[in-house]
Amino acid sequence: MAKVVVLGAGIAGHTATAFLKKKLGKKHEVIVISPSPYYQWIPSNIWVGVGRMKEDEVRFKLDKVYKKWGVIFHQAKAVGIYPEGDVKDAKPYVIAEYTSEGKIGEQFKIEYDFLVNATGPKLNFEATEGLGPKGFTESVCSYSHASEAWKNLQHVFSKLEKGEKQKIVIGTGHPMATCQGAAFEYILNVAYEFKQRNLSDKAELIWLTNEYELGDFGMSGAYVKRNGYITSTKIFAESVLAENNVKWIKRAGVKKVEKGLIHYETLAGEYKTQEFDFAMLIPSFAGAGLKAYANDGTDITTRLFAPNGFMKVDADYTPKTYEEFNVKDWPETYQNPVYKNIFAVGIAFAPPHPISKPQTSPNGTSIFPTPPRTGMPSGVTGKITALNIAEWILKGDDSLKHRASMGKMGAACIVSAGFSLTKGQAATMTVNPIVPDWEKYPDYGRNIKYTVGEIGLAGHWMKLMLHYMFIHKAKGYPFWWLIPE
Amino acid sequence: MENKNNPKVYYEESYPPVPTKSVKFWRSCVIWQIYRFFVLNYKVMKIVAFGHN
Repeated sequence: MAKVVVLGAGIAGHTATAFLKKKLGKKHEVIVISPSPYYQWIPSNIWVGVGRMKEDEVRFKLDKVYKKWGVIFHQAKAVGIYPEGDVKDAKPYVIAEYTSEGKIGEQFKIEYDFLVNATGPKLNFEATEGLGPKGFTESVCSYSHASEAWKNLQHVFSKLEKGEKQKIVIGTGHPMATCQGAAFEYILNVAYEFKQRNLSDKAELIWLTNEYELGDFGMSGAYVKRNGYITSTKIFAESVLAENNVKWIKRAGVKKVEKGLIHYETLAGEYKTQEFDFAMLIPSFAGAGLKAYANDGTDITTRLFAPNGFMKVDADYTPKTYEEFNVKDWPETYQNPVYKNIFAVGIAFAPPHPISKPQTSPNGTSIFPTPPRTGMPSGVTGKITALNIAEWILKGDDSLKHRASMGKMGAACIVSAGFSLTKGQAATMTVNPIVPDWEKYPDYGRNIKYTVGEIGLAGHWMKLMLHYMFIHKAKGYPFWWLIPE
Repeated sequence: MENKNNPKVYYEESYPPVPTKSVKFWRSCVIWQIYRFFVLNYKVMKIVAFGHN
């Protein structure tokens, strides 16, 4: 009997678990270690942040689902990987720490034959002084943060209703933060809520971003076919913001937040401040902080993980300039090059380099977004890894024939811009591939035939449909496997 | 100092294209949007289907 341990139960980890159990059945063991008792459908947190959904609509308890599937679940946080075992036993294992009530901090050991690292990111609020729910800004990166943001947004509504002017700043909270898409959705939803309440005239909305140009989204922007033109996402994003009376500050790296005041450095090297009454800024992401040890107890963390804490996989990590970046540098199997029975999926794998062009201010501050790896790529990498491991276990086939490079994989991003079945809107954007392939597509870096950039009610219906479809899938309801990643 | 003569120019947010009434109408026209819903789903499914092997 083989034992597969999955660290994390987010989109990537949960998808991997679902397919592992489906393929391996009862003869093999699948164990999930995740610090939260819940699965959350992160893309809908935006709607929690504007009060259109409750926390329980975007999350559900994992234990019931895993019990039904026959998956062993530990509500715990992995802290150490021993890929060579120890001096007593060469069997690899993981040390984890319970996070459930009554057992908090209690450590335990779990042996594995295969390990899937799907820990996702650590929301690195500490990297920016004063950032985050424990500081002076909001977040929508988790359902609890989004819920808190909604509570505080209601205070803004109250003040606006009393005739007080309010400054709302939304964007990125670190010079190298990514996930601009989520912040972009949030600012459009907040703008929509103000319009619905006739409060727009008193509210000043500001988009604050580390992007060189708007619409970069950490993937060096894109081109979309739109109204008979091939348009850059810069124009697309600026148009959407202008339509919603949102001003913007770009090329800005947030360094510190105080009560009502954001300190940022521009790419030109100027130090500036921006006042705010309400701010939602996305933090930088880091690896989950896992350590790795050799069988003699030597710390081998750097052998498994990149300096940012994300796990090394089958990517080309040779330091390169932007001009040397190549789509072939991106991983296809997500297998660790040293320990072949370890894989890292979703946000947990270390990207070989940024997708956006690295930019540095005269003061030496890097101000540009790191690569986004959320949504579709997380689900896809989770699935192909599960299929490869299952074939390895069942057929002894270690060729890893299921492959998915972000240089070949497309992605759809549906940016909600207001929640209503008849008045709602969303911008539907697609790119293929995610990482530009300038050799294959010399004009635009991507296949222009597969791009979409369209705003409308249909986009809102699609986002709502995806919400229900993916919750259905994650709960393992009938025919869940027919729903593609 | 604010440009009193023509306050809408020389600000970054004054340059991008903004939708006309007609564009806004089609964006929320239910019949047209039902059609676009199927078109967009088809396009997204094509990307999903060819994204990995």
